[in-house]
Amino acid sequence: MSQKVEKEIKVPALGESITEATIARWLKKQGEAVELDEPLVELETDKVTLEVGAPTTGILSEVLSPQGATVNVGAIIGRVREEITSELPQEAPKAKTLEAPAPTISEDVSLSPAVRKLVEEHQIDPRRLQGGGKDGRLTKGDVLAFLDKGKAGEIVVPAPQNESRVERVRMSRLRQRIAERLKEAQNTAAILTTFNEVDMSNIMALRSHLKDSFEKKHGVKLGFMSFFVKACLVALKEFPAVNAEIDGDELIYKNYYDIGVAVGTPQGLVVPVVRDANTKSFAQIEKDIAALGQKARDGKLTMEDLQGGTFTLSNGGIYGSLMSTPILNPPQSGILGMHKIQERPIVIDGKIEIRPMMYLALSYDHRIIDGREGVSFLVRVKECLENPERILLDV
Amino acid sequence: MKNKVDLIIIGAGPGGYVAAIRAAQLGMSVLCVDKRTTLGGTCLNVGCIPSKILLNSSRKFEEAQHHLADHGIKVGNVSLDLPQMMERKDKIVGQLTSGIDYLFKKNKVTRVVGTAHILSPQEVKVGEDVWQTRHILIATGSESAPLPGFPIDEKKILSSTGALSLSHVPEQMIVIGGGYIGLEMGSIWNRLGSKVTVVEFMDRLVPLMDEELGSALQKSLTKQGLEFKLSAKVTGFKEQKNKRVINIEPTSGKAETLEADAVLVAIGRKPFSQDLGLEKLGVVTNERGFIVVNERYETSVSGIYAIGDVIPGPMLAHKAEEEGIAAVECMAGQHGHVNYNIIPSVIYTNPEVASVGKTEQELKAEGRDYKIGKFPFLANSRAKATGETEGFVKILADSLTDQVLGVHIIGPEAGTLIAEAALAMEFSASSEDIARTCHAHPTLNEAVKEAALAVDGRAIHM
Repeated sequence: MSQKVEKEIKVPALGESITEATIARWLKKQGEAVELDEPLVELETDKVTLEVGAPTTGILSEVLSPQGATVNVGAIIGRVREEITSELPQEAPKAKTLEAPAPTISEDVSLSPAVRKLVEEHQIDPRRLQGGGKDGRLTKGDVLAFLDKGKAGEIVVPAPQNESRVERVRMSRLRQRIAERLKEAQNTAAILTTFNEVDMSNIMALRSHLKDSFEKKHGVKLGFMSFFVKACLVALKEFPAVNAEIDGDELIYKNYYDIGVAVGTPQGLVVPVVRDANTKSFAQIEKDIAALGQKARDGKLTMEDLQGGTFTLSNGGIYGSLMSTPILNPPQSGILGMHKIQERPIVIDGKIEIRPMMYLALSYDHRIIDGREGVSFLVRVKECLENPERILLDV
Repeated sequence: MKNKVDLIIIGAGPGGYVAAIRAAQLGMSVLCVDKRTTLGGTCLNVGCIPSKILLNSSRKFEEAQHHLADHGIKVGNVSLDLPQMMERKDKIVGQLTSGIDYLFKKNKVTRVVGTAHILSPQEVKVGEDVWQTRHILIATGSESAPLPGFPIDEKKILSSTGALSLSHVPEQMIVIGGGYIGLEMGSIWNRLGSKVTVVEFMDRLVPLMDEELGSALQKSLTKQGLEFKLSAKVTGFKEQKNKRVINIEPTSGKAETLEADAVLVAIGRKPFSQDLGLEKLGVVTNERGFIVVNERYETSVSGIYAIGDVIPGPMLAHKAEEEGIAAVECMAGQHGHVNYNIIPSVIYTNPEVASVGKTEQELKAEGRDYKIGKFPFLANSRAKATGETEGFVKILADSLTDQVLGVHIIGPEAGTLIAEAALAMEFSASSEDIARTCHAHPTLNEAVKEAALAVDGRAIHM
């Protein structure tokens, strides 16, 4: 005989000021066997997507919050039944499924009783289905047909009969938050962008000269990012307003330098932060950025990775951008836009030469940073990049 | 301006008077013409309403005679005061028809008694007056279909009108036609003491309803004393010693004769549109005399609309009402709509019979896969309590989607119970939706819920 103990799957603490998350998807189905710490469910918050692992080895016996449901920190979203038996059954008894307490997904949509039961049992967001009943209401037949066509729970939007030219998809929480924050920045700050260009010849020469020995010694490739971070650190120290923020009618100058590095992921843009960059070596910065980038692409960033940057670097160049006007990442006051390195003819000492050039953009909050400071900051960054020894000597 | 309105409605039956009130609500000036001095048309004056009054009265008479004793109520000798029964009927009809007078006044609908003649899509003549109008709505309804060889005198050879106003109970009555009118009238006079024989040309009663309802109803009515001759036609009659001797010819078997004091001709109704001047205007009618309309209820002549029994479809008051509302809403630029798949029909016999949606025979003919859920009133506690346990609820649902396709009820209050089914079907409900909706206990409606459960083989009380 087997002993049975049920363990709860709870929404973990998600970091400061984060109180709720959305169930992005269940990685396991009710009735499936799971092992301790095996990822069960993906949660999506304003900032990150994270996985919650199984609290014990056993059977995912109950799914209480279906896909799309909003859950609070600490909420019980399911249960795993510990089964100490020689063999784990492939599927939990069907009867158990029927006993699952009613989740909340369908409460805000008016559904007939049979439809409500079906969508809850199969964890379908009814808003994603096209209804064939009166005034577009969902009928039991609609849901059965949907289940018949695709796997339950899959986010498939059947093409509406007369509207196949558009597809309505609910915005993910991350996307909603990105939209909200970008607009908030534009509505709050007086954003101004100044441009400059940088001749990358010296950095490229230095890099090609030392990259092999750098990689051999530090175990990480020498990229351009560490140069940019370092160059910005020099400029930030010189122009502290760019590292400051507005708080009500006060200014907060920060004596630490946490540099956010924007990373594109399949879910959307995230900005993990390199902490105390001013205390770190080129190698450490490169390592930090590489590690954060990997975590972002794997969807494993934690809240700590994302919070509290003081200045941001955004590289649109990797997608081929020549020029852009970045939007601030509030409450920060400055963001540096990096772009594509392109060989261009420029005039040096009265002669036309071909140089690897990059346009730089600095968007800054004009409320706190004057034009002179903003422009000078960017010139300082340019100088440091064109003459990397300046970084070393801090001149 | 005098004699000029937005809409002239011809006929003040349930289709016409409801349309008149709705049109007035929509801001139109409305004239309603009817040749009767009382409003309400056939339904209120000589149809649905008086028949329901007499069905109720005769039921009470029958109960007092035969059933009250079962309840421990002794009433002694029960006797019939037919004039009083008829007087009560006339009084209630009077109250209801003058109720429409009141509604017309309240909604400022002008009313004229007389026969209307349409001169043009903008002109209607009533008596000597010519009225100008923007729209015309024909709501002239229907009349009893005549049977050759049986001229109606409303004394010995009756239409439904005469059968509602007999001055004495005929000893023997023959009802020609086993449709709802014949069965309701036959029930009334059977209860009041007549020996009633129903002759039907088809091989079953109420041929348009689900077959199971027809045979169950025949069984119940036979038990009550009605006699049925199916697959038989009447070929004529002769007067003999103050009796009418009717010749009946079954499709198979020997011809016979039946004696009767009164003969009710109830073989159906036909559209009534004579003397309106339709031919001259070019209003198209079909081969059976129904006026052809488009989805906005407009006839082949622009500006002239028609609704109710005078256009194709079931000849039912509630169908006419829905059409009347839809038609005037269309005139007002709205999107009036009637769902013809979900028009309930009721026969007010005992037990009542009610039906909405497809019959089993229709589904078979369509080749559709369906499931059946059936529940008898015998297993319903409320029906047990009142002692009316005859009949059942039958629900037909799509095998695949579980959508309710038809509901057929024979039993107590079937006409009231069917409304739940119609509402469910209007919202494309599945049988499971009905089964999972909480029904009060103890009620007759629980039989509907149990039948819905039975579709999936999980009725509780059976």
